[in-house]
Parts: sequence; structure tokens; C-alpha cells
Amino acid sequence: MGYAILVVLVIVWRWDRVMGAFATPAFDRWLASLFLFGSLLGIVLFSRWDANRLLARAALPVSAGKSPMRIAWRRFRANTLAVGSLYVIGGFYFLAIIAPVLAPFDPAAIDDVMTTRYLSPSMVHLFGTDEFGRDLFSRAIYGARVSLSIGLLAMLIAKSIGTTYGAVAAYFGGVVDGVMMRFVDVFIAFPTFYLMLMLVGVFEANILVLVLILGLTAWPGTARFIRGEILSLKEQAFTESARAIGLPDRLIIVRHLIPSALSPVLVSAALSVAGMIGAEAGLSFLGLGIRPPTPSWGNMVSGGQDALLVAWWVAFFPGALLALTLVSFSLLADGLRDALDPKALMQKFV
Amino acid sequence: MLLEVRNLSSSFFLDEGELKAVDDVSFDVGVSERVALVGESGCGKTIVALSLIQLIAPPGRVKDGEVRFDGQDLLRLDDEGLRLVRGKGIGMVFQDPAAALNPVHTIGDQIAEVLILHRRLSKQEAWREAVRILGEMGIPEPEKRAKAYPFELSGGMQQRALIAVAVGPQPRLLIADEPTTALDLTVQAEILDLLKYLRDQYHMALLMISHDIGMVADVADRVMVMYAGRLVEVARTRDLFEDPRHPYTKALLGAVPRLGEGATQPLEGIPGRVPDLLDLPSGCRFHPRCPLADDECVRDLPRMREIPYARTAECHKLELQ
Amino acid sequence: MSTNGTLLSVSGLETYFLLGKGWRVKREWVRAVDGVDLTLAPREVVAVVGESGSGKTTLGRSVIRLVEPTAGSIVYDGIDLLSLSASAMRAMRRRMQIVFQDPYGTLSPRMQIGQILAEPLRLHRIVAESQVHDTAVELLARVGLEDYFVYRYPHEMSGGQRQRIAIARALSLGPEFLVADEPLSALDVSVQAQILGILRDLKERDGIAMLFISHDLSIVERIADRVLVMYRGRVMEEAPTAQLIAGPLHPYTQALLSAVPSGRPGDARPRIRLEGELPSATARLTGCAFASRCPMVESECRTSVPSLEPKRPGQRVACHRVLPT
Repeated sequence: MGYAILVVLVIVWRWDRVMGAFATPAFDRWLASLFLFGSLLGIVLFSRWDANRLLARAALPVSAGKSPMRIAWRRFRANTLAVGSLYVIGGFYFLAIIAPVLAPFDPAAIDDVMTTRYLSPSMVHLFGTDEFGRDLFSRAIYGARVSLSIGLLAMLIAKSIGTTYGAVAAYFGGVVDGVMMRFVDVFIAFPTFYLMLMLVGVFEANILVLVLILGLTAWPGTARFIRGEILSLKEQAFTESARAIGLPDRLIIVRHLIPSALSPVLVSAALSVAGMIGAEAGLSFLGLGIRPPTPSWGNMVSGGQDALLVAWWVAFFPGALLALTLVSFSLLADGLRDALDPKALMQKFV
Repeated sequence: MLLEVRNLSSSFFLDEGELKAVDDVSFDVGVSERVALVGESGCGKTIVALSLIQLIAPPGRVKDGEVRFDGQDLLRLDDEGLRLVRGKGIGMVFQDPAAALNPVHTIGDQIAEVLILHRRLSKQEAWREAVRILGEMGIPEPEKRAKAYPFELSGGMQQRALIAVAVGPQPRLLIADEPTTALDLTVQAEILDLLKYLRDQYHMALLMISHDIGMVADVADRVMVMYAGRLVEVARTRDLFEDPRHPYTKALLGAVPRLGEGATQPLEGIPGRVPDLLDLPSGCRFHPRCPLADDECVRDLPRMREIPYARTAECHKLELQ
Repeated sequence: MSTNGTLLSVSGLETYFLLGKGWRVKREWVRAVDGVDLTLAPREVVAVVGESGSGKTTLGRSVIRLVEPTAGSIVYDGIDLLSLSASAMRAMRRRMQIVFQDPYGTLSPRMQIGQILAEPLRLHRIVAESQVHDTAVELLARVGLEDYFVYRYPHEMSGGQRQRIAIARALSLGPEFLVADEPLSALDVSVQAQILGILRDLKERDGIAMLFISHDLSIVERIADRVLVMYRGRVMEEAPTAQLIAGPLHPYTQALLSAVPSGRPGDARPRIRLEGELPSATARLTGCAFASRCPMVESECRTSVPSLEPKRPGQRVACHRVLPT
């Protein structure tokens, strides 16, 4: 709740700057609006969830049970490293949301290149400046918007397609499964990176295109994985029991199978965000991703490599942020894996 | 005495706290004696067996106690000594033979391997002996079956093969953990016969662990009843069945359906549920389900007491019965 | 309810499963149920007894079309079940329910008990939305559980409590027929009696007919009116319960009964030993399924399949060697 109020306060406080983000022609407008609406929606949902949780806690009798998710959450909270990484990730997303408010300079503005280029880190320019004299700190937090949103959105696309596809194939089995999975095999056999290179070559690389390309090339792995999960869950009696009460197939998949298969998806989702951010950085590094002057961590590292000996900070700070993000996501995934371990919940020693 | 267990306690140390799976358990097994350890799921009976031969896996460990086998204290033995005891002194048979046998080796190889290891036979001798043991375990065409892989055998045959692996080194004590639970009724009876035969032929003592007190009746000389981590009653089989003294034993016997009594004898269950070992009741662990419980039972944990003849029970209310 | 006194009538039922994946040259079928006839009157409890591989579980699933039978007919209260469309069959599920063996697997792990019980109520609109909670509490009371269990999760409950929930869920639709698939065998003895008591109440108080699948004759004896003994997909013997236990005619039934532990020390009855092995589940049998292990086997048993014929009043046996009396 406090977090939500903070975001709203910050946005209201520097309203002009927030609106300014839409006026900047150099910047992808839709990204700015995405973040604004995304964060508002997030705030609304979060506070509703929070309020419901409090209400529910007050209304429940003492004997109410602990859901598997609550138990997992308790286990997760006991893991300092995982919680730490969650804070780091949360912090980066927060910075990205309030980027227009926070950035001391316009990330794309170039003025008087000769006097401002390659300034080393100082109190004015925390991360120094690049060859065009742009403030690297401002660029880094705007770059976080691009990198982090691409990672998250591409992951969501890949996981939702993969989960649905894998669940449908596994539940119906037989010929349906055979045909669907052969298609996945073909897809996986095709080298994904070349596919991405090709697609990026054909389409103009903006954020939307990148999200779609990354998301649409990454789903088969999830599909295969989910199929395996669902196949084993299908053997569990609760699936049969759902059929026995006459639940239609669609509802069995949505209500019983997918929620039970979701824990491992959550773990792989955390890893996948890191993979997507890495892939975007890789493409941008090769000059095929987000085009400058729009900053992303990948193209910032790429831009800084020529000046590595003259101005190490140009490549170092975005590179370090990138590394920190990736490490945080994989620690988060580890923590989730331990917390969601179904064996731990069902543990029976005796 | 072949095996003397004194004050054995084993616990699992979990995030939620200490789970006392075995709590202060003492018992003996004599030379060539057949003893059954009986209890419901979650009472800790399997953990007793695993504790004896130090096979209990973290986060569990033996906390306290003494296990004397043939004069040596197993809990203070080094790995090499334990390895020797595990094969030659104590053999183990598990519930699920399909999981206990190695799927990539033939049955004959698996028996021959332990024979070479523990009886120092040559390869040819070991194979011949393996075939002989398989035949003795009641496997038809043992020469052919010795060359079979576990998955090629039925459940009953797998269990016989597993027993052959365990008895190959001629251990003095065989621990059988639910040896018939996974098997069909007709096969179950045959495996029980086989276990009886081993005692008569090799004077092998047997510690059989089972949830089924009815099945144990035909096999065991003595029965030990376990509840929520503690032994509650130990007696000769006939005494226990004819005159159970602990209220739990009594209730357990009343809950066993016997064929042919359906019309005359209503089945009496035990009200309530088996306690959670992480959240044990105060005092006597059976008191929430016991018809005789009073304040004393809620307050104090009863101690094992001798009652005539040569039997023990752990209950405050023995005199009432 | 039917007028002619039969609720369920199954004839020539065969359920085969394809062994392995479909993409192979030689197709092998596992003959799980291999020609079974069965009738069940309203309010009657018929037990199906057999060892693993006898097909009793598949029979129970096939009868309510949780598994699609390969051939045969199933007539339930005058309705031919096998001709029903998927959605018509879903509507029929209100009338026929099943309780499974494994109480740990039958309940969706992420749902509260309240939700688990509400799901069938909402799906078939059994009660108004405002009544769902109260009905769930009533169902809990019927299986002897307190109302606060609606807020619990399956992992917080014991096996016996979960089996009660599974029964309550089956009852929520108000069925007149229940398949009970080894409902007690995963439970501790002290709890078995409680669950058996609930099932007997369903039979006696609510008049629910049951197909009670079990391997344990000493349990079957306490609930079933009639027993069907199955072996490798076929019915070997069928008789009223007491009659079957007192005087089994089929050599397999005799062996099965003699293997039941007495539960008493020193009370060793003579036991019939079975030599030989179960025939392969994929073989097309030309003779009696039990021929490979039967102590009374003759050449005829290997060449012709015995049919289930009355050998005594009320008792039908599939054996060449048993003579009618």
C-alpha cells in the first residue's frame, strides 16, 4: 500500500515531467504510456488485493487453513538472498516507472558536444556522459524502461502461449498431442537466434516488434515443459474426479490443471525474464535491437565499447546494471524454486 | 539377545520444528526370534528400522540411544563396520521391490554381487549359489530367472528376488519393512510363508514392520505396537491378540475386519485421527482418542511398565482393565 | 427410477487399451476388461473383487464412461450411455458418481475444501448461489466433518478426512449410483471403519446403489449384497455375498478366500497354493483365463472359454470343472 501511495505521490508531484515524456518526440510514446497505465493498473490491482487480503484475514475464523501459496510465501520470505534480489528487481522497476521524474537530464538531448562529451562520473553526472555528451544516468534509467519492459512483456507472451499450447496438447493427447508437439519439434529444431536475426532484419526493430519476436520465438520450450507437467497431473485422481462431476474439458484445464502446473512456470518465468533481457541486450549490442538514440542497456554497452579505454564508464554502468538484473532474476528463480517445491509441502517422512 | 535397542530417539529437524519420529523406544530381538513392529502410517515404525542400521537421511538423525547388535553398538560404528553389519549381520527387505532392485542388472548378478562381497565366493561359485538361493526362495526355473531383469518378473517374483539378495550373505537378522503391502493377496500369503521358512531353515531372526496387525498374527512370535513415535505395548502374539492391555492395541484389534464375521461383529474404528508428529498432544499421546483418558493422561506421559507375564505396556490405566 | 428393477445393466463390456504409442507397426492391446456382464438393482451394492490386473478398476471407470469402452453396452435406467454425446454424458454425471482410492490425489491441491465442494454445486446449478456455502457445510456434516473445514486445504488433512471430502463431493450432486473404487485400501485400519460406516449409511439411509471395487473380501462382506469375482478381465464367479464366502465354487475364488489372513494367531486354515503365472495382458485367450494357475485344469480349459452359468441357485460360475447342483 505504501508503495502505491509513493508512486502516485511522485507522479503527481512532477506531473509536468510525466507529461513531458509524452511530448518527447525522440522517445517511443507508447512506452511512456504503457508505463503510466501499467503502473496505475498495478497500483489499483495491488491495493485491491491488499485490501481484500486484510478484509479476508479479519473475516476468517481462526481455524482457516493455510493455502499452498501462503506456505510457499512464508518459505520464500525466509530466504534472504531471494528477498534481496526481489528488492533489487522491484527497485529497478520503480526507477523505470518514475524515470521521467527522476532523470536529471533529457536522455536524448545533445548540446554543446565538445564541452560535455566523455565527462567522468561526478555529482552532476552520476554515471558520466557519453560521446554526445548525454547524461548516462538519465539514459540508464530510461534504458531500464526499455530493457525491463521488453523482458517482462516478452516473457508474458511466451509463457501464456506456451502454457496454453502445452496444456491443450497434453490434456487431449493422442493425435492432437502428436501433431501439436511435432510442430513444436520443428520450431525448436530451427535455430532461434537466426530466426530472430532474420525477423529483426525484415521488420523495423522498435520495442513492440522486439517484444513480439522474443515472445513468439521462446514459447515452444515452455509448451514442451508444461506438456510434461500436465501429462503427469492428468494421471492424478483429481483430474478424473473433475471429469466425474461432469466438468467440461476447458474448465478442467483452466481450473485444475494449469493452476497446479503453475509453480514451475513461475520459476521458469523469473529465469525467462532474465533470458529475454539478455537476448534484447545481445541483439542491441549487435546493432539489431533498439536503435539509438532510444536508450536500452544493450545499445548503451554497445555504444560504449569503442570508448572503453578513454571512458570506461560509458559501457561499465549499463553493463553492471544488466549483470545485476540478470543475477537478481536467477537468484529470485532459485528462491521461488525452493519455496514452491511441492515435495516440501507434501513432505511425509514417516 | 541378538539385538538390544535402548532409549532410541530419532528426529527430523524441519523448518517447522523438530519432528519426533521415534521417541525413547527400547526393545529386544532374540536369536531366531520373529518380532513384528506394528503401527499405523506415520507412527515412526519405518524410522525405527532405518535408525537401527543408520540409513536415516537428513534432515533426520538418530538423537539418542543405544543399538547393540551381537555385542557391538551400531550407533558408534564407523562406515566400514556398518557396511559389514548391513550385509552380513542385518539384511533389509523393502516394501517396493521394483524400486529396491537395480533395473539395469540381472537378478542373478545382483545376488551374486552380495555373495562375492560378503561371502568371498568366486564368480562361478557366486552365480551357482545365486541360482540355488533363487530356487530356494520358490522361484520356478531359477537358472532362467537368474538371467532376467527385474522388470521381466511379476511383483511377487521381484519380492522373492529381493529377499534372495537380502538373505544371500546369511544375515542373522532380517528386517522386512512392509514386505507384502504392495502385493496381491494370494502372493502375500506365499511371501509370509517364505519368511517363516527362513527362520526354520537358517535360524534367521526377523523384524517385520507392518501396518496390518491382522496379517502379523500368523508370522510373529512377539508383537510390538507403536503409536505416534512410542512403543505402547509389547507382548507374545497370542497374549496380545487374546488379551490386549493397552487401549490402543485393543482398539486396533477391534478395527481389523476378519472374514466371516461381517454379519455378527460390527467393525469398530478409533475416533479421531492419528496425531501430527509436529504437534503432539500433551501427556499420553493416545489420550485424545482413548475412552479411559482422565486428567492424569492429559498431564503425564506414561512410562513403560512390566505386566505379567513377560509383557510391557505404556498406560496409566492398566489396572482398570 | 426404473420400473423393471434394474438400475444398471452392462453386457459384453470390453475395454482395451493400446499398448505404448500409436505410431508403430504392430499394435498390441491390453485387454483390461474382456467381456463382462453385470446388472445392478436400485439400492443394491455389488462388489467387484479381484487382484491387481483383474480389470476391476477399469470396469468401474468404464461403467460410468470415465474410460471409453471398446465394445458392449451400458444401459443406465433405460438410457444407453454409450450413445450419449459428450455434453449429454456430462449432464448424466449428476446421477452417477465415483469415489477414488487415493485420497491424496483426488482433491485439487490449490483449492479450499469449500471451493472443492462448491464446484459441482455451481456447475450443475444444484442450489442457488446464496445457498452454496450452507450446502457445503451440510455436506460436510453428512460425512461427519465440522463446518470450519470449508476453509481448509487438502494438504492440511489426514487421509481419512480427505476421503470424507471425496465422498461429500460425490454426494453433492445427489447421485443414485456410486462407484467406490477401493475407497478404504489407502487408509489406516483405525480409519477404515469410519469410512465404511459412512458408505453403509449411504446404502441403508440414502438408498444409493454402489459398485464397490475392492481386493479385500473381509471389507466387502460388510457392505455388499452380491459379489463378482474378476480375474484377468473376466468374471469368474458371481453370488450373494454370504453364499460366496461360505461356499465358493470357482477354484480361483477358493484360492482367494483361503489366502485371506485369519487375523488370529494359530488359526491357520489350509491354504490353496497357486502355481504358474498370470497370462499376459495382451494375449487373446482361447481358453479359461485361470487355466495357467488352476489346480483343477484339464485340456478343455485351455481350448474353450467357459461361460458364466448358474451352478447353484443365485450362484453363477465360469468354470468347466464345476458341476451344477
